[in-house]
Amino acid sequence: MSDWVWLAVAVVGGIGAMGRFFLDSLIAEHAGRDFPYGTFTINITGALILGVLTGLAIEGNLLVVAGTATIGSYTTFSTWMLETNRLAEDTEIPRALINTTASLVVGFGAALLGHTIGAHA
Amino acid sequence: MPRIDRQELAAIFAGGAVGAVLRVWLGQHFASADDSWPWATFAINVSGSFALAYFATRLQERLPQSTYRRPLLGTGFCGAYTTFSTMQVEILKIVEAHRYGLAAGYAFGSIAAGYAAIFLATSIVRRTRVIA
Repeated sequence: MSDWVWLAVAVVGGIGAMGRFFLDSLIAEHAGRDFPYGTFTINITGALILGVLTGLAIEGNLLVVAGTATIGSYTTFSTWMLETNRLAEDTEIPRALINTTASLVVGFGAALLGHTIGAHA
Repeated sequence: MPRIDRQELAAIFAGGAVGAVLRVWLGQHFASADDSWPWATFAINVSGSFALAYFATRLQERLPQSTYRRPLLGTGFCGAYTTFSTMQVEILKIVEAHRYGLAAGYAFGSIAAGYAAIFLATSIVRRTRVIA
């Protein structure tokens, strides 16, 4: 990859992280922080969009920049796990389990749906 | 609308930029076939979870309050370095290759290892004595 592509990866990676922060703050403001709705929404929408991009059979640098870098940075695995752990620490075991399984199952469904939409577009 | 702190946003941007570059670089150097265990993403997600729990616990419970460390290292770097969407698309590709056992193993293996990394890093930080 050229230096320009790496620069693009850095810029969109930063933008993806800012978008995640902004949306998470916005959702927490309305829905509170009893359950990590923000990260859940971010991860599901991101899985849907990345599914669409791969369904469209976008390849090469475009997929790296638009998909791996932008959507990859927008979604997060570590925050999902940290929030699950903090729920469990607060003895909110059912919520911790729901956060784990719902993200995994709905996220997979979103990726599949996105992929199907992209493949038929 | 949430209140926007420009310097906090800049810290998130910088951390996110570095996290994305590192993830893409690792993904390209340790690429795996579509129907095999995605080692790069797995290692990224587990190591990033460890790092996030380390930073978050240390910054919250051990160190004096700082405005920009958490957005830079946690929200920015670890958040962008690790990825949920790529993991889901990888699971989908493995399922499409009809390797259902591998897909389930990768999904549950990522969660188990990621959660264990969070637990371990948190415990390590909490057991470390603060030298006053």
